[in-house]
Amino acid sequence: MARFLSTFFRKLTGTKLFWPLLALALLLLFNLVFTKGFFHIQIKDGHLYGSLIDVLNRAAPLMLISIGLTLVIATSGIDISVGAVVAISGALVAMLIGGNLVLKDGVQTYVTLVPMSVAIVAAVLVSGVFGLWNGFLVSRVGMQPIVATLILITAGRGVAQLITSGQIITIYYKPYFFVGNGFLLGIPFSLYMVLAVLLFTLLLTRRTALGLFIESIGINPRASRMTGINAKNLLLLVYTFSAICAGIAGLIVCSNVKSADGNNAGLYFELDAILAVVLGGTSMTGGKFYLLGSVVGALIIQALTTTIYSIGVPPEITLVVKAVVVFLVMMFQSSTFRGIVFGRSGKQVA
Amino acid sequence: MEAEALPILEMKGISITFPGVKALSKVDFRMFPGEVHAVMGQNGAGKSTLIKALTGVYAPDEGNVRLSGRLITPASPLEAQRLGISTVYQEVNLCPNLTVAENIYIGRQPMRFGRILWKQLNADAKAALGRLNIDIDVTQPLAVYSVAIQQMVAIARALDVSAKVLILDEPTSSLDESEVELLFQVIRQLRDSGLAILFVTHFLDQVYQLSDRITVLRNGELVGEYKTADLPKLKLIEKMIGKEVDLNTGRKAEVAASATGLEAPPYFEAVGLARKGAMLPFDLKVRKGEILGLAGLLGSGRTETARLLFGADRSDQGGLKLQNRRISLNSPRQAIRRGIGFCPEDRKSDGIIGELTVRENIILAMQANRGVFRRLSGRRQEELADRYIKMLDIKTSGPEQPAGKLSGGNQQKVILARWLATDPQFLILDEPTRGIDVGAKSEIMDLVLRLSKEGMAILFISSELEEVVRCCNRVAVLRDRAKIAELEGAGVDEHNILQTIARG
Repeated sequence: MARFLSTFFRKLTGTKLFWPLLALALLLLFNLVFTKGFFHIQIKDGHLYGSLIDVLNRAAPLMLISIGLTLVIATSGIDISVGAVVAISGALVAMLIGGNLVLKDGVQTYVTLVPMSVAIVAAVLVSGVFGLWNGFLVSRVGMQPIVATLILITAGRGVAQLITSGQIITIYYKPYFFVGNGFLLGIPFSLYMVLAVLLFTLLLTRRTALGLFIESIGINPRASRMTGINAKNLLLLVYTFSAICAGIAGLIVCSNVKSADGNNAGLYFELDAILAVVLGGTSMTGGKFYLLGSVVGALIIQALTTTIYSIGVPPEITLVVKAVVVFLVMMFQSSTFRGIVFGRSGKQVA
Repeated sequence: MEAEALPILEMKGISITFPGVKALSKVDFRMFPGEVHAVMGQNGAGKSTLIKALTGVYAPDEGNVRLSGRLITPASPLEAQRLGISTVYQEVNLCPNLTVAENIYIGRQPMRFGRILWKQLNADAKAALGRLNIDIDVTQPLAVYSVAIQQMVAIARALDVSAKVLILDEPTSSLDESEVELLFQVIRQLRDSGLAILFVTHFLDQVYQLSDRITVLRNGELVGEYKTADLPKLKLIEKMIGKEVDLNTGRKAEVAASATGLEAPPYFEAVGLARKGAMLPFDLKVRKGEILGLAGLLGSGRTETARLLFGADRSDQGGLKLQNRRISLNSPRQAIRRGIGFCPEDRKSDGIIGELTVRENIILAMQANRGVFRRLSGRRQEELADRYIKMLDIKTSGPEQPAGKLSGGNQQKVILARWLATDPQFLILDEPTRGIDVGAKSEIMDLVLRLSKEGMAILFISSELEEVVRCCNRVAVLRDRAKIAELEGAGVDEHNILQTIARG
């Protein structure tokens, strides 16, 4: 029995998803003890309310971005322009819906410049075009991914401001609020979007050979070329996909705050997203990737933020607390570090 | 038994276990100062593992290591080097963009007040190479020198003042003959100065040229330790593979027979193909069921030719014909589409995808050819992997083991399996037996012969002439990036090839 348990334990800790899940569980456990009412979920107007729901809802944009970024990082690339794409997408959708308060006989009426569905599709498509640009620079021009996407960070915010004419556009069109604040069957609508994108990505990468090819070029691009894998088109695809994910996240962000701010929407999202991917067990050097891990990583980050606020950590040290927790999670993911702590000799030397 | 000096190094009862594989089982090993000691064995016999146990990469599960009588337990190669055990690995682990001097002293530069003393560094580097009788400009980037010189630089780097034991893991695998001779001079000189040298190679002749003592391993177990003079070559091979063999180095009768009367039209043809800086214009024809050999010294353009034929490099002159129809190949992808396969020479950088499993590595080219959406089912992948693991006798703990963890020879077999799975009509094999032991070598050559008999067209590249002679119907001889001759039928023998190269 003891032996069974120990092999079971080893198998369990061997899976990549174990450590991020453990970290999330510990965070929740902490809240169970220290935060009153953290697990309290109530039904109001047929919707679920509570801190847990709030964490899930707020993490939605980050989860979406992390899913897209996971594929980019798996090719041993990086996309640091996702925050800028969030801003572009938000600005575009706001501009197309129109930021005017229309009153008829003293009552607000909901009008849009173009139909809302067209605005949403356009914003996501344009995001995809920017991703295509990133992919073009990386795969065809041969630019280093961090440089290629750095260009879009600067240019992208400029584009977003151009779209909003340097103003913050406020949206008064109520149906659009549903994207970021609505509920469907009692659950936040944004979570359905995350679920849909996650399922789509899982099917796309694991039910086709896409995942294998992405991992292959992430590990050894030269050898992959020799096997006939079309790395150029794959790179084009993953950067486009990453930007589309960011574009969808931009819709949610814009809807959440009911406005589009070219300067600040999605600011530093790329850093949180990179962190989520790495927390989820995907290596920055590329190769094997873990989509579910990245989603859990995003949840850890949001849960941590919410926890810090709800237990009332003084604002001036919240970042330090966050850093310490992230550091610990990272350390425990490293088998070398675990070897040192638990006194096991790390046999698998790289 | 004659009285012997005390061993400088003694390993007793070393055992190392990996998940599912016993890599070493109670192995004893010892080395004497002033001797070259060869460690021999087939792929997966445990040679690399033994070296890694000695240099602190792996910690033994059992057993102990004594250096000059003192128990040592190095935890890293760096610590082993400090203790006096230096290693030069199979693949040169240097930085080609740094200068020779920097490469030798990186990490232990002479410093004063936090500044690097460049003059002293360069002078030291020159002196260190001087001890090996090498006189080159040490301020040049390493990349400008040949692989042989790079190998010497690696040795100079490994040879600290305190070095007592020097480990050379396949040092000659990428050197040509004159370079090997140069290296051997250096090794002999070091041996005479009292160093104990551990030499691992797959070239039997070199073992007999150089070593004083041989330890044979098989399947992770010690077969025995012998004086080289007391162990004839055939006996050594028997001990390595554990059975008596017929060392057929002569030409296979069937090959010689089928070489005549091959009047079938060529399957694949290169006409005036060339690439600036790589190969001068050449013609080449391969028929179905024929093995065409490429012979030539290192740097003669063998690999360049193969890469041109596979579309891995673009040609800037001439063209290709497949079944007498002109085709152009601009990428490996297009070549694979047309039923061409290519086992590259440098399996570490061009072949194996280390972190992917054996299964994934095997199905990769086939899957790439099918495209993203026609994914092979999990079941089919497993079937393929199992089939080729059995067929090629790949030593692995299972299809799900990362391919990077296999020994070099088994990695080579995985790559071979990858191409066989694509069912190619024309297969290019660039040094398929490099770094592989005798047993696996003849297995691979038998396989090549079988494939050609089944109708495959094969281009066989090897720096070992006896292999080329043994299995090729025709041999194209290369020299200085040009095709200089083609030998056929009875003309294919080692002597003839060498003369052709010498004549130019």
